[in-house]
Amino acid sequence: MIALSDYLILGAILFSLSIAGIFINRKNLIVLMMCVELMLLAVNMNFIAFSHFLGDTTGQVFVFFIMTVAAAEAAIGLAILVVLFRSRRSINVEDLDSLKG
Amino acid sequence: MTFEKFIFYVLAFVLIAAASMVITRRNPVHSALFLILAFVASSGIWLLAEAEFLAITLVLVYVGAVMVLFLFVLMMLDIDVATLRAGFMKVLPLGVLMMLAMVAELVFVVGPQNFGLEKFAAPARHAADYSNTAELGSVLYTVYMFPFEVAAVILLVAIIAAIGLTMRKRPETKYQNPTKQVAVKRADRVRMVKMETEKG
Repeated sequence: MIALSDYLILGAILFSLSIAGIFINRKNLIVLMMCVELMLLAVNMNFIAFSHFLGDTTGQVFVFFIMTVAAAEAAIGLAILVVLFRSRRSINVEDLDSLKG
Repeated sequence: MTFEKFIFYVLAFVLIAAASMVITRRNPVHSALFLILAFVASSGIWLLAEAEFLAITLVLVYVGAVMVLFLFVLMMLDIDVATLRAGFMKVLPLGVLMMLAMVAELVFVVGPQNFGLEKFAAPARHAADYSNTAELGSVLYTVYMFPFEVAAVILLVAIIAAIGLTMRKRPETKYQNPTKQVAVKRADRVRMVKMETEKG
C-alpha cells in the first residue's frame, strides 16, 4: 500500500525542486512563473493526499479553489509579461529596476 | 511490491525527472513541454489517490489552457536566452545544495516515522460505483457555495484584467466604424449636378 508519507515526500521534493528552480533561473521571468506553477502543484499534491487518507473531501475542494486562483494568476501574470516585453523588449528580471528598489 | 505501488513509483519518477528538466533546460519552450509532462504524471498520481475529478481537471485546465497560454506567450516573445542564462552554472551548485538541505529537513518532518502506514492506515478503496465528481459537487454547491461564487468572480476579474492590460489602440491602423456606416445618408455620398443637355 502507498503510505501517506510517500505522497508527502513526493510533494516535498517537488516543492524543493521548484524553489531551486527559482534560485537558478533568477533572470528568466517566464521560467520563474513555471516554477511557481510547480510549487502550487506540490501543495495540491499534499492536499489531495491528506484528503484521501483522512476521508475528507474538504481537501479536494481546497485544491479546486487553488487551481482557480492559479489559472487567474497565470493569465494576469502572462498579460503583465507581454506588456512588459512590449515596453522593454526584454524579460530579464535585472532590467526591471526602474523603481530603483 | 504491489502493482499499485509500482505505478506510483514510476509516476513519481517521471514527475521528478520532468520537474528537474523544467528548471534546467536552456530553451523555455522545452521547459514548458516538460511542465506539461509533470502535470500529466501528477494527474496519474491523483488518480491513485482517488481524486478522479481533480485529476481530469488538472489535465483539462492546466495542460489544455494554462500551458497553451504559456506556449503562446513564449512564441510571441523574442527571448535572448544567452543573457538570461549567464551565471547559471555559478548558481547551480548553490541551488542543488539548498534543495538537498530542504528535502532533508522536510523528510524529517513528513517522513515515515510521522506519517507512515502505522500512523495513518491506508483507507479502504471505494466501491466501483462511487462517484468522486458527485461527492465533490454535493459539498461544492452546498457548503462551499459562497467561496465557489467568489472563485467565479475572481476568474471574471482575471479575464477583464488580462484583456485590459494587453489591449492597445493603434492610431495608424485603419478600421471600419459600423455606426458611421449605418448612419450615412445619400447626400453624404452622391452629389446631384444639374447640366444643360447638349444640342445639335
